Amino acid sequence: MSKLSRRNFLKGSGLLAAGGVLPMSLIELAFADPRQNFNFAYISDSHIQHIKGKEFVRNWDRGLMRAVAETNLLDPKPDFVLYGGDIAQLGTKPEIDHGLELLSALRYPVRYALGEHDYYLDLGEYWESQLGPQYYSFDHKGVHFVVLNSILTYDEWTNKWPTPEQRMAVMAGLDNPNGSPFMVGEAQRAWMADDLAKVAKTTPVVVLSHSPLQKIFRNWNFWTEDAEQVQALLAPFDKVTVLYGHVHQIQYNQIGNISFNSAMATAWPWPYPRSYAQAPSHMPKLTVPMNRADPFFERDATGWQFIDLHSGNIDLHYALYDNPNRVVAFNAQSGRPEDTAFQDPATRVPAQMHY
Amino acid sequence: MSNITQSAVAAPLAALLCIAAGGVQADDFTDAELERWQGQFMEVVEEGRRLWGTEGLGSNRLVCGQCHPNAANTHPETYPKFQKQLGRVVPIWEMVNWCIRNPLEGEALNAADPRMIALQAYMNYERRGVAMEPGKH
Repeated sequence: MSKLSRRNFLKGSGLLAAGGVLPMSLIELAFADPRQNFNFAYISDSHIQHIKGKEFVRNWDRGLMRAVAETNLLDPKPDFVLYGGDIAQLGTKPEIDHGLELLSALRYPVRYALGEHDYYLDLGEYWESQLGPQYYSFDHKGVHFVVLNSILTYDEWTNKWPTPEQRMAVMAGLDNPNGSPFMVGEAQRAWMADDLAKVAKTTPVVVLSHSPLQKIFRNWNFWTEDAEQVQALLAPFDKVTVLYGHVHQIQYNQIGNISFNSAMATAWPWPYPRSYAQAPSHMPKLTVPMNRADPFFERDATGWQFIDLHSGNIDLHYALYDNPNRVVAFNAQSGRPEDTAFQDPATRVPAQMHY
Repeated sequence: MSNITQSAVAAPLAALLCIAAGGVQADDFTDAELERWQGQFMEVVEEGRRLWGTEGLGSNRLVCGQCHPNAANTHPETYPKFQKQLGRVVPIWEMVNWCIRNPLEGEALNAADPRMIALQAYMNYERRGVAMEPGKH
């Protein structure tokens, strides 16, 4: 971190250092003028799941509660929190209400992105009634933030289901062959072009989306169908960072001027696409995977990261449960994010081998 | 056994089987039979796939597929193997039961339960073509 050392960052919260895991991201933006510096945290993919009555799946509740509690302990305090989508598992009112109740304990303003699990029951109606528009932008201390609904799909698919519950159930199954690819869509891209037209090309742009805005693995929707068109809208800017959820794992990539970084879920980790033997996938070659999750340790692979966005590029610090910490830093020489310890294949450890 | 002796034994046996099985030898099978057997297997795979995404195995509505899309990260080709958390070498069905009891908060299945067989058929089918590596971590 350019202005705030990592030690200072953690000093105010001995519990954090002792606990070792924070399933969220803290992001610091640092500029030439330190008075402009600020931090924000990033929590994603809680998948709050209703059982019946007042019962919810304990495991997922605990993941979100822990993220919220530890985010509240951060020092320095983040200016706000970004939430990367999928509060709910099946998009129901009880799930969204319960998730928002847990998130209401955050002592900071929260900006939300919409995930497919929040959307495909009622097309985001209840989410919108609680949280506002499905896509929007805002400015904070010289940085332009764009929050997208990137989990739309073809109208033909959305409208073909006899019941909303069936539509939600199919989209909730990551590997369901009857699902449909995510997209930002023409209307939202037109809005985005108009929104970005007002922003100077030298302004750092941070895009928050649920899906990756790049094409990695279509079967599991690690994918955005119109990714190239969205990237083209971001291409004229000097420094662009896309932060995304959905994938429940560490991913990073660089495409032209755009850095891509994923967040881990507070709920559970997902396998890397290469571990499905029956279909080809396109994980960014840059990505050195996180260690394979230990199923006996229910919070494993829901570790934490804080992000330092210096001069418009970001460094990610991942603290992983039971694993050595990871740092993925933007390398100004190579112009891409690189793991500071494991980027060289000779340095990798067996647990990073996914099969 | 010489060829002559073998023929001497095989001929009457074949004659008997011709009567019993309409001209097919005991150690022979037809394309139709292969198709039927594959169909029987795939029915169990499909049942496994259904169970993989069905709430009934546990008590909290979780399904296997939430953490293991396409049964990925289950590694059936590496079992039996030593599980450090269990402290011994286990077959994969014990690991499946671990998942049913813990994340799914359900009751363990008997090893011979048709549901357990179906779950294993599905996991193995999704890993078809991958080399056997028992014991691998």
